[in-house]
Amino acid sequence: MYNANDTLIPVVGVITDIRIDTPDIKTFRVVTPEGAKPFDHRPGQCAMLSIPGVGEAMFSITSSPTNTEFMEFSIKKCGCVTDWLHAAEVGQQLTLRGPYGKPFPVDEDFKGENLLFIAGGVGLAPLRSVINYCRHYRENYGKIDIVYGSRSKDDLLDYQEIIDEWTKDTNVDVHLTIDNPQEGWDGHVGFVPNYVKELGFDTNKTAVICGPPIMIKFTLEGLVALGFDKTQIFTTLELRMKCGVGKCGRCNVGSKYVCKDGPVFRMDELDELPDEY
Amino acid sequence: MQKITREALIEKASSLLSNGTVTSVMGWKRGEFDYDVTPAVFETVEEMEKDFVWSDFCGANFSKYLVSKTQNSEGKILVFLKPCDTYSFNQLLTEHRFDREKVFAVAIPCEGMADISKIKAQVGEGIVEIEPKGENLLITTLYDEDKKAVNAADVLAERCVNCKSKKHVAYDELLGETGEIIDSNRFDEVARIEALTPDERFAFWQNELSKCIRCNACRDVCPACTCEKCVFDNPQSPVENKAPTNEFEEKMFHIIRAFHVAGRCTDCGECSRVCPQNIPLHLLNRKFIKDINEFYGDYQAGAEEGSRAPLVDYTFDDIEACDAVNRRDNNA
Amino acid sequence: MLKITGDKFPKMFEILSESMSVYLPVKRSDGKTEYKKWQEGDLWSDALNTERSAKDFFFPQSENLMKFKVEGKNIEVIDIRDENEDFVIFGAKACDVRSFEILDRVFLTEPVDSFYKNRREHAVVVTAACSKPQETCFCTSFDIDPINPVGDITLWREADAIYLEAKTEKGAALVEKLSEISEECDNTEVEAGKARTAKVFEKLPLKGLGNEKFGGGKTKEFFDSPLWAPLSEACLGCGTCTFVCPTCQCYDIKEFNTGKEVIRYRCWDSCMYSDFTKMAHGNNRNSQVERFRQRFMHKLVYFPENNEGIFGCVGCGRCLSKCPISMNIVKVMKALGGSENV
Repeated sequence: MYNANDTLIPVVGVITDIRIDTPDIKTFRVVTPEGAKPFDHRPGQCAMLSIPGVGEAMFSITSSPTNTEFMEFSIKKCGCVTDWLHAAEVGQQLTLRGPYGKPFPVDEDFKGENLLFIAGGVGLAPLRSVINYCRHYRENYGKIDIVYGSRSKDDLLDYQEIIDEWTKDTNVDVHLTIDNPQEGWDGHVGFVPNYVKELGFDTNKTAVICGPPIMIKFTLEGLVALGFDKTQIFTTLELRMKCGVGKCGRCNVGSKYVCKDGPVFRMDELDELPDEY
Repeated sequence: MQKITREALIEKASSLLSNGTVTSVMGWKRGEFDYDVTPAVFETVEEMEKDFVWSDFCGANFSKYLVSKTQNSEGKILVFLKPCDTYSFNQLLTEHRFDREKVFAVAIPCEGMADISKIKAQVGEGIVEIEPKGENLLITTLYDEDKKAVNAADVLAERCVNCKSKKHVAYDELLGETGEIIDSNRFDEVARIEALTPDERFAFWQNELSKCIRCNACRDVCPACTCEKCVFDNPQSPVENKAPTNEFEEKMFHIIRAFHVAGRCTDCGECSRVCPQNIPLHLLNRKFIKDINEFYGDYQAGAEEGSRAPLVDYTFDDIEACDAVNRRDNNA
Repeated sequence: MLKITGDKFPKMFEILSESMSVYLPVKRSDGKTEYKKWQEGDLWSDALNTERSAKDFFFPQSENLMKFKVEGKNIEVIDIRDENEDFVIFGAKACDVRSFEILDRVFLTEPVDSFYKNRREHAVVVTAACSKPQETCFCTSFDIDPINPVGDITLWREADAIYLEAKTEKGAALVEKLSEISEECDNTEVEAGKARTAKVFEKLPLKGLGNEKFGGGKTKEFFDSPLWAPLSEACLGCGTCTFVCPTCQCYDIKEFNTGKEVIRYRCWDSCMYSDFTKMAHGNNRNSQVERFRQRFMHKLVYFPENNEGIFGCVGCGRCLSKCPISMNIVKVMKALGGSENV
């Protein structure tokens, strides 16, 4: 027996709840077999989940660190491991390791700031953790704006939580949008980048963007047009990962490893990296 | 030493470039030393005059590059083909792997290529210069005051010692002269291994294949391996893997590969040339060629464009599987 | 300094093998050199390079990491690690020994890779000074001293004897075991040998290859260079350079289901492979040019940027002699550095 910790060796977790969020996204609640939260994390960090025999993949931890009872992962069906998870039932065990990556600077750069969260599709998953963290420590932050869009109403992640909790908070404004008009939807219709421009935010805030690369690109252009500086804008990246700790060599953009030096990057830091993402 | 000169090749390329027949030239590019030649595409005569090489170290077979080079190209590419390369060229055409219209093939004679390992075995390490002179190669090393003469015939690559053909079987234009199909001894080593007992034979391959590092160089250079998605790279395939995790897998990769190219391998010998572990991989393919010749009559993949290989051409006279096994066992 | 004469080499390996496995370069049947566990009758070959690099000792091509028992919905994680046994790497050259330092910077930084550390802690490295470099050698371009190499023990070979100098406690303990076959001596022979070898190094064709054009902070300078396309033009996308390279350490984690249990293992991977960065919904390095660029940028820019200027190349020359198309880091450095047109 060799007694040394190794981050590659995972712990076992149990799925205790599965919430169907959208037609292709489910949220899985995970605890240890003893019923505890598997490990602590910070907002924006990730974990490697695996089903032995199926595969291992990196996911954002979507529950807030302030939740001390369990972890949640909102997972879109798009490959081997995710297909398998979508077919799983409550009581299924899986393995977890982590937490990995650099978190959002919620207790540093974000503190005392007005915050603007902008998400597209499943891009809300990594932001849910930080949004709920900031809502929990509400007094530490100024005004919070959330712009969130998806293809249709059914594709809006965490819809119930947004309506039941986020919209009811004081000094939190939620702006929802869907790509095309739909029966039963009287909210805004249109793409996220355009909606951000229409809403025309003041630049006295820190912005966080997450979504498909094309959405990030146009939203970023929109914010810059509104007068935002790139040092005020954060995002989180996703690339293929195997180890999670900057050793297996595949998730780098230039000299930075997304798993270790990211996934959270400030836009001006990303500008320093080669165009490989 | 090669009989056709570098200058003759450049002259030919120059005229084809200047009259618009071709827009680029696939050729061999000079390296750091005299033996580390790299395949390259040249677009001007000036580039060729500076870096183009034609020497005893131009073993690389360009046929497979035509698959990618003709894919998105506008103009024609000139490709120089040694006799053995023309067989791969034909075989790839038979399999519809590249656009013939986009290629201008210039056949060139070949006197055989040298094997740098054989040279090093003769003169030692530290080779800084190799100069062809008549039948010899004059070698300068770091450790000897005088140049050492090595007879080029003594350091020929194995595939050239056992050259199967000096005849060009495909080209648009021939430079110099073409030769004849050679009654080579290329199956002698296969016969020697066939004559071993099963245990000895197993030990032979076990020893050779245990050296494999699964770099895939043999597959990636092989003109018969042009699948868009190789079975070994496909996560959906049960044999997908990146490393030989046990003795079984070491052999599995090479056996599966030999089966996949059976009847299509032209015996160009690139697999053994590129193997960083010196495994005589060509012997596996030659065993198939030898068996096919014995069971179905002589057949050389690539000898003729469009020919139907025995393994994909059923006839009533085909040997039955049990007869094949009997014949093999009786021979052993 | 201790001297052991050639007639006592078999005895030396016998003594060392009493307490631990000894791995040394020996000639294969095809004349090439490979590391092998010493057995009676094996002769040490001091040929310049082993075909495979010495990284295999610490970072093997494949290794099992753990096992899982899966029953119904339940999973059990089985830690299969065992304390490694002590072993000796005998006769490694300076370039390969520098590669251990480079691998350490990857595997021994937090979070420490216990599989690597386990083997690293149990190894004693006996480094052999170079006396016969080849034309493909360029370790001095990366500030390596092949004549006075680092290691637990440094060894010089002169005529039919070896001269040993312990450099660490581990090395001293090993040298101690050889007291009955060794004799104290001064360094006259060794110094004469060093002077002779230094002259050969002066003559090496790659001697002038400098690293000063490369290093951290040069991403913008080289990333968009038009030279990557012609340099990678003929690249087959195979893994030869990666796998023979003593510093390449990228890996994949894969699983094998035996039916009874799932074995999770790690194996070498190559950034030259088309699936290296492939995800379910895309690939950020789709072309061979991008993959080729990644390998060299990593060694020449990204690695030094993250590691106090240490380059990810040791100049061993294996890629020079092994690449199927004879493309290699020397050609890349000369082309990007402007001393050679492509």
